[in-house]
Amino acid sequence: MSVSIAQPITTSRAQKIGESDHAKNLVERQLVDLSCKKVVSLLFATSLFWLLMGSALAIAASMKLHMPEFLGGSDWLTFGRVRPAHLNTMAYGWVSTACLGVGLWLMSRLTRVELRQGPLLWIGAISWNIGILVGTAGILRGDSTSIEWLEFPYYATPFLLISFAIFMFEIIRMMNHRQPGHVYISQWYVLAAFCWFPWLYATATILLVWFPVQAPAMPPINWWFAHNALGLWFTPVCLAAAYYLIPKVIGKPIHSYYLSMVGFWSLAFFYAWNGMHHLIGGPFPAWLISASIAASVMMLVPVITVAINHHMTMRGSFDAVRWSPTLRFVVFAAMSYTLVSIQGSTAAIRPLNQITHFTHYTVGHAHLGMYAFVTMMLFGAIYYIMPRLWNREWPSAFLIKSHFWLCVLGISLMTFSLSIGGWIQGWEMNKAEKGFMEIMQITIPYLQARSVSGGILTLAHLAFVLSFTLLLMGWSPKGGRPTLLAQPRHTETVST
Amino acid sequence: MNSSHKKYLWVWIGFIATIGSSWAGLVILPILNLGALNEVRDEATAGIGPTPAADIIDLGREVYVSQGCMYCHSQQVRPEYAGGDQKMGWGQRRTMPEDYLNDKVALLGTMRTGPDLSNIGVRQPSEDWHLLHLYHPQITSEGSIMAPYPFLFKKQKIGDEPHPQALNLTGKYAPEAGYEVIPTREVLALVEYLKSLKKSNTPLETADPS
Repeated sequence: MSVSIAQPITTSRAQKIGESDHAKNLVERQLVDLSCKKVVSLLFATSLFWLLMGSALAIAASMKLHMPEFLGGSDWLTFGRVRPAHLNTMAYGWVSTACLGVGLWLMSRLTRVELRQGPLLWIGAISWNIGILVGTAGILRGDSTSIEWLEFPYYATPFLLISFAIFMFEIIRMMNHRQPGHVYISQWYVLAAFCWFPWLYATATILLVWFPVQAPAMPPINWWFAHNALGLWFTPVCLAAAYYLIPKVIGKPIHSYYLSMVGFWSLAFFYAWNGMHHLIGGPFPAWLISASIAASVMMLVPVITVAINHHMTMRGSFDAVRWSPTLRFVVFAAMSYTLVSIQGSTAAIRPLNQITHFTHYTVGHAHLGMYAFVTMMLFGAIYYIMPRLWNREWPSAFLIKSHFWLCVLGISLMTFSLSIGGWIQGWEMNKAEKGFMEIMQITIPYLQARSVSGGILTLAHLAFVLSFTLLLMGWSPKGGRPTLLAQPRHTETVST
Repeated sequence: MNSSHKKYLWVWIGFIATIGSSWAGLVILPILNLGALNEVRDEATAGIGPTPAADIIDLGREVYVSQGCMYCHSQQVRPEYAGGDQKMGWGQRRTMPEDYLNDKVALLGTMRTGPDLSNIGVRQPSEDWHLLHLYHPQITSEGSIMAPYPFLFKKQKIGDEPHPQALNLTGKYAPEAGYEVIPTREVLALVEYLKSLKKSNTPLETADPS
């Protein structure tokens, strides 16, 4: 809104401008939320369906590692199929689908451009889910490619590529029609992520699945893709959510614009080069591996930058995690991001990698990243977004608290048991004093603990899905007051 | 074009340059480096390595891929300075890019819930052992947590005389009287594939990929 210079601005006039700005913002926000309501809700609902599927597959896979005969009579449910089916339903079905919803909503909110109406985005969301359904069924019937993170057979990938292209162009369209002015850091992250992922997925699908290159060249491409799926797709969307939600809930701007830029570009540059640390000791040129080890250590730069920026923003407002469901999940996720990234940098260094490579330690690390960071961030974002799309509140603080604490308990147990068990496993295999069978037997109690943690996490997911379903069914408390986990000390401007 | 749009253009260039550099370095260079390797000729023995695979071995690898064996079994031996693989008896030397030339898909694996299989054909050449082990791992390896693969076998009524390939099952693993368990074509191919895994046998002892 422009103000004529000739007219001196009095206090009352400034107030009036402020008020009408405020009113305009409110209307714009509501129009944006309304435009997102159906498609984003569909993406969230289907992502939760895949979360439950992935949980069931996870428990089956985990149980099989200490009860090998469990569900062992059918090839559809053998370990070598259930395990990749679990990874793919979680990575594409749950996390990616939720990231699509969060990314679209964030971009719409920040550009103040309403989400496109009409059939195109519906086709995208439906085709995405068909791709995951076809791909998962393909793995279970035996058409898996056995290329990690790319197990979906060749006939499932076109669905995913087409729908991702639709979402990418929608994000670019919103960016191009944005309101003039400052571009917030979350927009950079979302825009980049929605352009990077199609590049990653198309490259990997073409070179590994459709027209495979010679086998010795496959693993570098495989791990360039798989590590960047985390680094250049899940991570930027989740950081975008953190950068948006933390200031929104506590009502303060982000600590430093400069630090957020340093964090963005160092992440873009270093993360992209990380993947080969999965191949240390493998049959590859030394420079290839060394480049990735160096980049993995350099990840400390973006990680510490983001950690400082978020911490300084939160300083003085930590009380809010007591009552805000969103903030409680988001802060837990942001702290896990720091932790898992530092763990990842250390595990990429050769002497430590010698021990942890090929063990359950790596599985524990993967879950710390994909669960304690990514999944918890997405839970936090959904807690913020859904009440705004539907103008309804979450049905029960008890369900939210149960969800949170079961998540924390489950993921902690999983990370501790797999890290310790995996470390012993790797240590013993390098010493080679015990036979393989004896070393494997040592790991079994840790694998049993992991199955318990899977059960706890599944309970957490059921609590969340129940909350989500009740909200959609309109079983919200009347009165329009947000569902908080505790009574805030200051009662002004409180949101979920 | 105003200044905000100019800045936006630089952002696009940055997006492309960051991922593009890693794409060139970690996708394209490895293809140039490792994507067109030739088999290795050994002048001393006049052998070539690795020996081209027969059709049955290709089928066996497809079964290995379809059943997801690689989620528990790696197929790579690290050099002595990078891990205890050779001390564990998994190979005489590190594996080299050329070792994977016959593979339609590289099955290096990232997990050792089970032992490495780079040289399982050297360690365990017996077809009978492999068939019993796949039918029920506990028969040959008590305490194993490997999945059983009964669905790769067929239980049938014994005809006029026992099937020549029927498994020699005793005790609690034996089928009910009058029945026998015979291997399917898939599991026979899988065993041929496993027996063919002898990566240390190819003449690459002194090679180093760096």
